[in-house]
Amino acid sequence: MSEVSQFLMQLVNGINAGSIYALIALGYTMVYGIAKLINFAHGDIIMVGAYICLFAISSFNLPIWLAIILSIIVCALLGIVVEKIAYKPLRSASRISLLITAIGVSYFLQSLFQLLFSANPRPFPTIINLPALSIGSISISAPYYITFIVSVILMSILHLFVQKTKIGKAMRAVSEDSQAAQLMGINIDKTISITFAIGSALAAVAGILYCSSYPMVNPYLGSLPGIKAFIAAVLGGIGSIPGAVLGGFILGIIEALTKAYISSQLSDAIVFTVLIIMLVFKPSGILGKNVKEKV
Amino acid sequence: MLKIQDLKVSYGMIEAIQGVSFEINDGEIVALIGANGAGKTTIMHTISGLLKPQSGTIYLDDVDLTKTPADKIVKLGLAQVPERRRVFSQQTVEENLELGAYTRKDAKEISETMEKIYTSFPRLKERRKQLAGTLSGGEQQMLAMGRALMAKPKILLLDEPSMGLSPLLVKEIFHIIKEINNNGTTVLLVEQNAKMALGIANRAYVLENGKIALSGTGEELANSPQVKKAYLGG
Ligand SMILES: Nc1ncnc2c1ncn2[C@@H]1O[C@H](COP(=O)(O)OP(=O)(O)O)[C@@H](O)[C@H]1O
Ligand SMILES: [Mg+2]
Repeated sequence: MSEVSQFLMQLVNGINAGSIYALIALGYTMVYGIAKLINFAHGDIIMVGAYICLFAISSFNLPIWLAIILSIIVCALLGIVVEKIAYKPLRSASRISLLITAIGVSYFLQSLFQLLFSANPRPFPTIINLPALSIGSISISAPYYITFIVSVILMSILHLFVQKTKIGKAMRAVSEDSQAAQLMGINIDKTISITFAIGSALAAVAGILYCSSYPMVNPYLGSLPGIKAFIAAVLGGIGSIPGAVLGGFILGIIEALTKAYISSQLSDAIVFTVLIIMLVFKPSGILGKNVKEKV
Repeated sequence: MLKIQDLKVSYGMIEAIQGVSFEINDGEIVALIGANGAGKTTIMHTISGLLKPQSGTIYLDDVDLTKTPADKIVKLGLAQVPERRRVFSQQTVEENLELGAYTRKDAKEISETMEKIYTSFPRLKERRKQLAGTLSGGEQQMLAMGRALMAKPKILLLDEPSMGLSPLLVKEIFHIIKEINNNGTTVLLVEQNAKMALGIANRAYVLENGKIALSGTGEELANSPQVKKAYLGG
């Protein structure tokens, strides 16, 4: 393989991972924007989504499309329930309590799934049965291009939803000034629930796409992509939707290129270094605004 | 229309409002004046349901607002123009106005209200596609007022609408408040600018350290030696 197609292949890898990071990062950034909370359990929703899809197909023999929809619905509901049970009672508590609670929820989900289904990895069924795509000298496998296409479609729908619909405008209003939003008659609880539902639904899709490229499911499967996506959200500017998308793709590409050209052992370290450099020079992220904390 | 009885509101250990009672009748402009820190905003936030009181009641007609969630209070016909305007700076003028009508359903009636607001505030119409954050202070105040009016309230609460504006703009804003009232909306006006507020109010209350210190008609208070000394510069 030539140098150029070698590079292009790495770019494709990066865009694939980046699509998934971006989908997950959207959940982090939206929840942060509305509830001012880093939902560290968000990564584990990916894992739940993957398990549901896996069991729906292999144990209940549901058609693939139905399994995907089921997984999206269950994750959306799970997101709502987690918020209501774990975060809502702490809405006026300190940030550190919220953070600790979020980590607790994350461990809870991982342990629960380990208890129910053991820590042994299970193979994920092939759900994308399409031919590979050849462009010039490189060939892109189906899960890779489907992941990219699905992500772009979902991000576009989300963008239109947030910009154009009444609920989307209300979400932006709550994110900018929740008290002023209440003075408009916007129900904050409902808005927060919708945000968790959307973020978790996207995480379910991300989980299914992730397992289509790396077809192995275990209870910890969500933690690494979850952390990477969190870094992507911070990199892009937490609270910013375009920032999450941009951060996701940048992170995916940096990671793929470091793995190929520097060292695959060091790639995580390099990703974290990028984050630290970002936090030092522009803590608000690439597209984030330097909004002062309200007192 | 609005009746506040023995209201007590605390922030943790600090009792900011220590048993306040007052009322606003249908069609009135009532001013609540007081120095910085007297507790005016705290009362406004409690009426709108952003804060829950320690004790006391706030009746809007026959509904106790202290037991009503904030979003329902807007539906009952009470809207507020908050202190420092708090427009949604990342959204356009038009989107801000639409958000003001969030509790209303009928799209046709909403666009009629919006046209009326654009007639009263032509500057907003010119800038309707502009982000609210790019407006001047006076324009933002008008937007905040237009936004609250989009809810078609029976009663409008205004928290220091004159803050940070030039004397000319203050005059204009007060003129508009008077007009809103003439069109049938009851007004509760909170101000540090006692002179202007007492000028347009039917009745007024003076708030000092979380308690009502004085009350009377706008004119009575404007001529009271106590008010003159403390709020009107001699
Ligand atoms: N969020 C808050 N936490 C603690 N104390 C507050 C808070 N907001 C206001 N206060 C205190 O309550 C009192 C009344 O404040 P406020 O209602 O804002 O007065 P005003 O609007 O008349 O200037 C002040 O002593 C102020 O310091
Ligand atoms: Mg105030």
